[in-house]
Parts: sequence; C-alpha cells; structure tokens
Amino acid sequence: MKLLLTGGRVIDPSRNIDEKLDLLIENGFIARCDRNSVASADISQDTQTLDLTDMIIVPGLVDMHTHLREPGHEYKETILTGSEAAVTGGFTSIACMPNTKPVNDNRSVTEFILKQAAIADMARVYPVAAISRNSEGTLLTEFGDLHEAGAVAYSDDGLPVMNSRLMRSALEYAHSLAVPVISHCEDLNLSKGGHMNEGIISTELGLTGIPSVAEDVMVERDIALAAFTNTSVHIAHVSTAGSVEAIRRAKDKGVRVTAETAPHYFTLTDEFLRSFSTNAKMYPPLRSHEDTAAIKQGLRDGTIDAIASDHAPHSSIEKDVEFMFAASGIIGMETSLAICLKLVDEGILSLSQLIEKMTTAPAAILNIAGGTLAAGSVADVTVIDPRRKWTIDVSRFRSKSRNSPYNGWQVKGKTILTIVGGVIKYRDI
Amino acid sequence: MKLSKKDILGIKELSQDEIHLILDTAESFLEVSTRKIKKVPTLRGKTVINFFVEASTRTRTSFEIAGKRLSADTVNISASTSSLVKGETLTDTAKTLEAMNPDIIVIRHSAAGAPHMLARLVRQSIINAGDGAHEHPTQALLDMMTIRMEKGTLRGLNVAIIGDIAHSRVARSNILGLTMMGANVTVCGPAMMIPRDVVKLSVRVSYHMEQAVKDADIIMMLRIQLERQNDNFFPSDREYARYYCLNSNNIRLAKPDVLVMHPGPINRGIEIAPDIADGAQSLILKQVTNGVAVRMALLYLLAGGEE
Repeated sequence: MKLLLTGGRVIDPSRNIDEKLDLLIENGFIARCDRNSVASADISQDTQTLDLTDMIIVPGLVDMHTHLREPGHEYKETILTGSEAAVTGGFTSIACMPNTKPVNDNRSVTEFILKQAAIADMARVYPVAAISRNSEGTLLTEFGDLHEAGAVAYSDDGLPVMNSRLMRSALEYAHSLAVPVISHCEDLNLSKGGHMNEGIISTELGLTGIPSVAEDVMVERDIALAAFTNTSVHIAHVSTAGSVEAIRRAKDKGVRVTAETAPHYFTLTDEFLRSFSTNAKMYPPLRSHEDTAAIKQGLRDGTIDAIASDHAPHSSIEKDVEFMFAASGIIGMETSLAICLKLVDEGILSLSQLIEKMTTAPAAILNIAGGTLAAGSVADVTVIDPRRKWTIDVSRFRSKSRNSPYNGWQVKGKTILTIVGGVIKYRDI
Repeated sequence: MKLSKKDILGIKELSQDEIHLILDTAESFLEVSTRKIKKVPTLRGKTVINFFVEASTRTRTSFEIAGKRLSADTVNISASTSSLVKGETLTDTAKTLEAMNPDIIVIRHSAAGAPHMLARLVRQSIINAGDGAHEHPTQALLDMMTIRMEKGTLRGLNVAIIGDIAHSRVARSNILGLTMMGANVTVCGPAMMIPRDVVKLSVRVSYHMEQAVKDADIIMMLRIQLERQNDNFFPSDREYARYYCLNSNNIRLAKPDVLVMHPGPINRGIEIAPDIADGAQSLILKQVTNGVAVRMALLYLLAGGEE
C-alpha cells in the first residue's frame, strides 16, 4: 500500500525544506520526500495518488499539552473523542497530562491510557506521568517504571510543585533517565483565591487577581534549579512578559530551558473577561496586552520553542455557573492551527517557523517520533489548505466539550488531511 | 423621561442623565415614607422577588419595604451559596423563578457577575443588590442621592473613600458613579487593600488618612472585615484603628462642613469613632432612609409604573 501526495508545497522545518515536492508513503513510513521526483517505477498498481496542488504538506502536528480526561472524567472527554479532535485539528501526536482520576502516577494508569489510545487508533497518544504521587507534591513517582511503561515526560500540571527540593529531585532524576520535566509555573501562595489576571480588569470586576509574578517567580526558580543541577526543564503554557524575559535570559546564558505557550496567550487578553465569560477562564489566566506582545516577541526570537493547545475539556456542568465557581480551562485542538496561522498573517512568524513550533520542536522536546518528513520516518503528515475560510462552530467539534472562547470566529486555514503512520485518519477534501 | 433599561446591573452601565433621573425620581418618592399611610398603588399587581444568595439584613429589608410602599407583591428567597453549589445551579433557580412570572428579580450574590448571568438567562428585569466585590449600584445611588441633597451637587466635591477598597463593591460603584458625576475621588487604606491599577479609574490613591481627608467635603468610611487580618490584608485591628479610624482629630483636616458616610454596619472604634458616627456630621441614618427611596425609584422605573 502506497500513498503519493503530489503537487503540494512541502514545509519540513527539520530539514529546512519549503518547496513543491512529491511525498511518497509506503508501509507507514516516508519512502521519499526530496528533490528527486517520484519515478514511475516507485508507483505501483496499489498506489493511491492525491493531487494537493495549492495545499501545504507538513510533518504531522504535535500537541505536547492536552488533557484527555480519561480515566475518571469521561463525560468531558475520552481518549477516543480527544484523539478524534486531535486528528480533526491536524495533530498526529498528542501528549496528555496526568491529572486524571486516578492520577497517572503509576504504570497501570499509563498502560490503560496507551491501551485506550490503541483501541481509538486515531492520533498517537503519549502519556505524561505525574512528578509526585497523586500530584500531591511530596513524594516522587516511579519515574523509571513509568517511562518504561510509555510515559514521555513528567509533570504535576495544574498542581505546581511548590516544594523546591522535590523539584530539584525531579529534575535530577528525570535528567538521568533522559526524560523531560514539564513545569506548570505558579506560586500557589501568590495565586491563592485568584480567578483572573490581576490588573485593571480584575480591579473593575472585583475578582481576586492572579498576579503575573505568581508565574514569573516559579519560572525563575525552575531556571535556577536547572542551571544549578545542570539539567533541563520545560516551561508549560507561558503567559507573562516576565516569563519570556526570564527564559530568554536563561537561554542566553546556556541554561537548558525550553518553553511552550498556547494560542490564547497571544490572541486574547483579560479584556475578554469583562463579560464574565467562563469560556475564557483558565490557569494561567488571560493576561494583558503587554504580555501578549511579549509572547509574540518570544515566539519570533525563538525564546518560546513550541505552541501547545492546553486542551482542557469541561462540560456545561462546570462552565454554566457563576464565574467564580466555574472550572478553569478551554479546549483547543480543533482551533489551534487556524488561530496560530494568524501569526503568519500578522508577520510574526514565517509559515515554516510556525510549523516548527507545532511539530518539529515539540517532538524534539518530548523525544518522540515525528516532526519530520525525512525518508525513513514515520508517515505522520498533515495537509493544510491555507486559503480555506471557515467559521469556528463548537457544535461541530469532535471533542465532547464545547468550552471554547473562539466560537463564532471567522478564520482562515484548515486541516484537510491528517495521516498517522501512513493511514488517513481525517479527510476534508 | 423613562429609563430605557431592562436591568440595573451596575453603575458602569448607567449614564449621567440616567443617574440624575434615578436620583430625581428617588427624591420625589421620599415623601411617601413620611405619610401616615405609607403606601401608593403604583406597582399594584407587580411581583418583585428578592433573591438573596448572600446574607443581608439592611439591603433586603430596604428592598422589601420599597416594594411594599409601592404596593408590589414582594417575595423573599434566601439561599446559601453552598446549597446552590451543592444542589440546584443558579441557572436552574433562575429558570424556575422566571417560570413564576415575576416582574423584577433583585439579586444579592457572593459571586461577581452573577446578576449579569441572571440577566442573560431570564426575561425579567434584574436589579443587582450587590455581587461579590464587584458592584453595589443601589448603594452608590443612595450615597450620591444623599450627597446631592446635602451639598446641592456632586460636581467638584472632594470625596475620600477609606478602608478596604480591594474587597468593597460599595467602593467600586461609588468610584464609578462619583467620578462620572464630576467629583474628585481619593481612595485610602492599607497598601494591601488598594487594588492594582485603581488609578486608571481616575482616582487619587493615598495610604495616609491625614492626606486623604485633607480638604474633603465627604468622607466615606468602609466596613473592615476583621477576618481579613488572617490573610495579611492588615496586621491587626489595633494597628488598623490606629491609622485608619476616622476620629475627632483627623476629621479636623477636612473642610469645616465635611459630612461623614458609612454603608453600615459599622465597627465602632475600628474604622469610625463612636462620637463621629453619632455626631452632627454623620449622614449614616439619612443614607438608610434614602436607600428606601432609591430602591422605590428603581422598581418604579424598571416596572414602568405610572403615578
């Protein structure tokens, strides 16, 4: 079984390629994607050919930060619906955070997630295991056993590691296993009781604020720990100008720190909360214009390596309530690409730079397959129609949840084909 | 002139003209409360639900009396927030109330934005009787009415608002209303109780009582919640009283004809000395009286009643 994608513009940041090329997939792997055009000898009777003229072909997108809610909260999302949402949005690989019920802090939960993912047979699902048992911030989980079971990173996402000694241990032990630690940076004492960014809007609304320094001080701490222990750390969902500056300074000094941000941290601000919309409530919260500008600059100059959605499904039960009582988080896998393409329209990033942050960079950080179209690689491929205009409509989402602030937005650029391991998982042509 | 609004959610949504209309209407209703028979038939056949999801005595009583003096049928519902969280959602309660066809729903809620949510959900008029630390528009309106009656105008007056600005819906609504009406507002309190970027609301900030009350025409004291010291918003009631209690010494720095206000209930000896609270310059009880008139005016204007 062969699949030939012809006529498209191939962007492969892993090899600095941006040109019109043919791409041949054979037995689940990339057989050819280079300047030597596919010879007729390579094409056999069972070759399926797709004409992708005017389309963009990129390595399958990687979302390194999602919440799939299974096990425990299957009414919000399951591994099946979450991975269907992933391929709909162009993601061939997704990493899922451990804040399930029970927490993914032991081999049996990791194996369960992988089993469900295999049954779903959509995107590749990579479990992120908890740093501490039950994510309680006191005792380390069995990093080695979890990694052997299939966990690709460690994080207590949503529940930051306040204990600096535990964080130091996590960084050192994870480093010895060559597995990344993903840090949710939030000083819980500073953010206590907060519902939104602290600033003029929180002052006007009378809502307790989460100051930007609640993030900044923890980013600074994790950088200091990584530098001191000569290890590496990945900073999740960067939302503040202070974090961007700290990470930039650390990278300049040679500290091994990587970082991701999410689409909402460069497209929305706390102004959005004037309407008390619970679909704009998340941690970290939407920040100010100064912060979104700094995030864009950080993306442009390479301070921020990756973009992840922080897909966090919640049902109407958690969201159709008073703002203060609403759960935090928004879904993003089905909107991420279209929202991110705005960065290209605005001239912040080239298309190639954007694609790098959505596939090559996160694949490298997580040390997983994909992120490239080089011959011999797994055939994870996403095809984008850059001119397709569409309206975001949450009622059509494959995700079980509807909590998106982008509902109704007119956007440009859409996934039309998602191929995982050589098999078409999503098609809109 | 009629108020072309479905709801009264906050001072933020009102214009200067609308505020004047409400205050004028309220002044005309003051007289009703002094009659032997304190009742007019204006809202006969109208139903007002006082839906209080947060404990309140004075505001709820004030709304209830206001409704009754206009001959509306008033119903009080009290629910603790916790029972709402555990049991029925605000949405379901709202729909249930809507189905009983009241004309106006007055809501007090501990969560900022709850009245706005209710206003989106139901077709009835909503009056915000205080939402979290967000707004308390009827309090600000009665405060503005009281000042306007005493001083003749709001424009150009120096108003000092002193206390826990960060957690006060009274402060927020008054800042919005008073600055809109042309008063010069100074907010004052311990640094931890001054919310971030509050100067962007066109107020002056001071951490020193003497500075804040200097040349003031109006001093508005806020109630301090003593349990806030457990969260380090101030070190102790002793120290708070030492720096932020309005007394016969620091009040001398204000204009000779300064007037003192407090939304109540007062902590005697903490934020206000007893002799000041009970003194000739105190408007505290006039505020309460005017509160009934302001609420009558709002019920009247929203229900579209005819005199």
